Amino acid sequence: MAREVSFVFNGNPMKMTVGDHWTLLHLIREELGYLGTKEGCGSGECGACTVIVDGEAVNSCLFLAAEIDGRELLTIEGLAVGDGTLHPLQKAFIENGGIQCGFCSPGMIMAGKALLDENPNATEEEIKEAIAGNLCRCTGYVQIIESIKSVSGHQTEEPRVIAWKTEENDRDA
Amino acid sequence: MRKFTYLVPKTLDEAISLHEARGERAKYIAGGTDVLVKIKEGKLAPDYLISLKHILSQDRPFLNNETGELYVGAFMTHRSIEKSPLVQLHYPILHDAVKNIGSVQIRNVATIGGNLVNAVPSADGAIPLIALDGKAHIYSAKGERTMELLRFFLGPGQCDLGRGEILTEVVIPPQRPRTGSAYMKHGRREAMELPMLGVGVLLSLEEDLNTCAQARICLGVAAPTPFRALMAEKFLVGKAINAENLAEAGRIAGDESRVRDSIRGVAWYRREMVGVLVKRMGLKALERAENKAEGGRLTV
Ligand SMILES: Cc1cc2nc3c(=O)[nH]c(=O)nc-3n(C[C@H](O)[C@H](O)[C@H](O)COP(=O)(O)OP(=O)(O)OC[C@H]3O[C@@H](n4cnc5c(N)ncnc54)[C@H](O)[C@@H]3O)c2cc1C
Ligand code: FES
Ligand code: FES
Repeated sequence: MAREVSFVFNGNPMKMTVGDHWTLLHLIREELGYLGTKEGCGSGECGACTVIVDGEAVNSCLFLAAEIDGRELLTIEGLAVGDGTLHPLQKAFIENGGIQCGFCSPGMIMAGKALLDENPNATEEEIKEAIAGNLCRCTGYVQIIESIKSVSGHQTEEPRVIAWKTEENDRDA
Repeated sequence: MRKFTYLVPKTLDEAISLHEARGERAKYIAGGTDVLVKIKEGKLAPDYLISLKHILSQDRPFLNNETGELYVGAFMTHRSIEKSPLVQLHYPILHDAVKNIGSVQIRNVATIGGNLVNAVPSADGAIPLIALDGKAHIYSAKGERTMELLRFFLGPGQCDLGRGEILTEVVIPPQRPRTGSAYMKHGRREAMELPMLGVGVLLSLEEDLNTCAQARICLGVAAPTPFRALMAEKFLVGKAINAENLAEAGRIAGDESRVRDSIRGVAWYRREMVGVLVKRMGLKALERAENKAEGGRLTV
């Protein structure tokens, strides 16, 4: 069976026919052709497929496409603005080495975004909790946590860039 | 994924008649974090999935101010329970449990009802609701029936639901004054893991804030179903709540457990840990009871 759904996809109203048995991940990748959202495990364990539905992070591999009707869907492609300017979180991942192979990055960034939208002053503890369902095989997580922390208003330590400048000054001296 | 037809009833009665007409070929789905995984793995092959998510009901726990009962709707997500200030403040044992289920992504969609109906020995949601003396409300074509949540669990993966019956809510009676409670799931890591052991302790104190008036010691993964360590509870009543007595209660609870060797942990270790964690959760419950001792009757 199939049904018609209306939803807002990265800011654009859409109307389309979806199969009852489609996952949201299938809809995004195979039908809409947006490949930023990744499939890792397909069973809720890895978080690579994380997208934001009505402000909440969900695993699109365990979410039925039919359930998107009347809701707002945001994927990684919806973060940069029209002229290609990256979202602060995307910039932070690049600047802090939060990306290596990049497979986990869209999921990590969407999980981080859902957290910061709700709690702009998230602490390190809260960041760790928000990405507990996202696996990364490359970075060892430290840089990812740093990346999200650098965008959060809650910065107990000195911002990294200042420490880095000091080092550079030292070298110059 | 294998094909199925997705049905979206708006009322309980509609859901039940849709199910009745399709019998074994139909399966209810709430958050789908269990059903969809099983369909993908080929362990389930329903032709119809009947969604319970669009049935009108409350979306967060609420207190009936007249009776003092807390209503936890079956279709509520773990996340909405976790975020409820009412639960955080007055039912910390429930907050402890739901906040460590899966990940944020899972908790945003998975429901407490799905967790209970799954009836796995490790269901994190079951232990706190049993410790709180919850009653399960079950709806079918014949009307509503209620039962002690403790008796709802019949065996691993088996609960007392007839075909087509729907678990609608768990109702928690008013708590005694000076009550504190705590839950901990024990595993190799905090997140994204089914517990090797789940331990919940609820203590109500006498006016001296020291003598135990009532105790609930509830264990998950320590037997085929979630269970109450009745002898350990009985041991505590009338005694001073301190480290020594809680340790003894833990030892008794360990003896009452029917722990098994499994890939997640061996039996002797589990039994030891029942002792350790009953004491630890007991001390936490004591501290919480003391902290809110002067809080009075709750109204939110
Ligand atoms: C990655 C991952 C991590 C997890 N971590 C944990 C964890 O830490 N702790 C834990 O306890 N569980 C965990 N789970 C298991 C599962 O997510 C939870 O048990 C969840 O609460 C199930 O709820 P649901 O709404 O998604 O259930 P669904 O999949 O929608 O349904 C589960 C079962 O219950 C039936 N059902 C659902 N609601 C009702 C109802 N109201 N009346 C009658 N029948 C009903 C369905 O027909 C189905 O048989 C995890 C799962 C995944 C995928
Ligand atoms: S692909 Fe969805 S959680 Fe791994
Ligand atoms: S950067 Fe490779 S998996 Fe995270």
